[in-house]
Amino acid sequence: MARFAADAPTRGGFSFDLCQRNEMLLKKGNQLPTFRKTGTTIVGLVFEDGVILGADTRATEGPIVADKNCEKIHYMAPNIYCCGAGTAADTEAVTDMVSSQLQLHRYATGRESRVITALTLLKSHLFSYQGHVSAALVLGGVDITGPHLHTVYPHGSTDTLPFATMGSGSLAAMAVFESKFREGLTRDEGIKLVSEAICSGIFNDLGSGSNVDVCVITRGQTEYLRNHQLPNPRTYVSSRGYNFLKGHTEVLSTKITPLKSKVEAAAEVDAMEE
Amino acid sequence: MSIFEYNGSALVAMVGKNCFAIASDRRLGVNLQTVATDFQRIFKIHDKLYIGLSGLATDAQTMYQRLVFRHKLYQLREERDMKPQTFASLVSALLYEKRFGPYFCQPVIAGLGDDDVPFICTMDCLGAKELAKDFVVSGTASESLYGACESMYKPNMEPEELFETISQALLSSVDRDCLSGWGGHVLLVTPTEVQERTLKGRMD
Repeated sequence: MARFAADAPTRGGFSFDLCQRNEMLLKKGNQLPTFRKTGTTIVGLVFEDGVILGADTRATEGPIVADKNCEKIHYMAPNIYCCGAGTAADTEAVTDMVSSQLQLHRYATGRESRVITALTLLKSHLFSYQGHVSAALVLGGVDITGPHLHTVYPHGSTDTLPFATMGSGSLAAMAVFESKFREGLTRDEGIKLVSEAICSGIFNDLGSGSNVDVCVITRGQTEYLRNHQLPNPRTYVSSRGYNFLKGHTEVLSTKITPLKSKVEAAAEVDAMEE
Repeated sequence: MSIFEYNGSALVAMVGKNCFAIASDRRLGVNLQTVATDFQRIFKIHDKLYIGLSGLATDAQTMYQRLVFRHKLYQLREERDMKPQTFASLVSALLYEKRFGPYFCQPVIAGLGDDDVPFICTMDCLGAKELAKDFVVSGTASESLYGACESMYKPNMEPEELFETISQALLSSVDRDCLSGWGGHVLLVTPTEVQERTLKGRMD
């Protein structure tokens, strides 16, 4: 009975069942696998009307590019978005979790979510796991109190800044921001500066690459410009491509199973007899 | 040696025109010794949804059993099959639950969703989803598979052409990996039928 209970949908949170077995495997000389990381350049800046967030789109697994066009700007609330760097599973899980908590909070209070709420939820979760949940985030949004931009580190510390960069490409992006940022940028100037900072990360940092994603958040409106810039098109594209003739591959056995189309049984309602 | 290289595996899934194909190698090894040449890595969840699990074989089988259990419960409650996107979220949640003591397997999920639109996705062993529109790869041969698929893939392939392409990509990649190979197993799913084929490959 206890074994069945362990497989039934659990109550949430982490399960440490396999830790002992994994320790044993480590001792026997097997190395732990590398997890998919988002090498990343993520940036945010505050402009005259709100906040602009930017991110590159490369996901790496060790030295290999696992995803050439992944989404690093995660939805938290209609007026709050969060860019994530670090272990991909951690950034996705933590932003999804806080997004759900914010939604429940909106239902309970009947008000628009505040950026500081998201910030507190994120930092308390990350601190309680003492940095083992490896998520470095740039959180930005516009609420009733104005535009806000914060950075959250894996151990749970936060900063509130007018412009911020995180990830392996953060130095490249920060160089651009430090030389060109000023208060009160217009929307177009802000988007151009964010794109420039991300491109700086894409071209100079090996862990970042592919395209530029931008998200512009203003009072009452959010624009998610997915693949705003594509500075890395495929270089060698053969127009002919590979053409394998039918029957080229040697097949040992074939089994074809027709799929029965599922038909909805019309509910026949018999009139009740009086 | 990494724990992923204990058993060896190669998995690839590709999207075609209203169809998808998922292929795996057939070797089961214990470090450098081959123990079986007919190992099943691709499992059926329902008629139009398949999951391939690479990495440590024991974790792959355990994951499969847990997923089939959850899917059967879902079928009883909802009286219908799970959509591929929902299933991918389920797999991701089950993997992330074990964040600090993970299952050493990397799933490749392929299915036909609503209106028979093909869906493929892969995850790392912690459940970080990667949704691709063209192909996804996993296993010890993944680096060769990335290269082979990048060059051989074309969008909107018909089922016959898709079968040839995925088979050639798999066979040429496993030939460059010591730990996978010994034949291939390809499943091609269209809205009307499922074609299951075993391929002849190098047995070394």
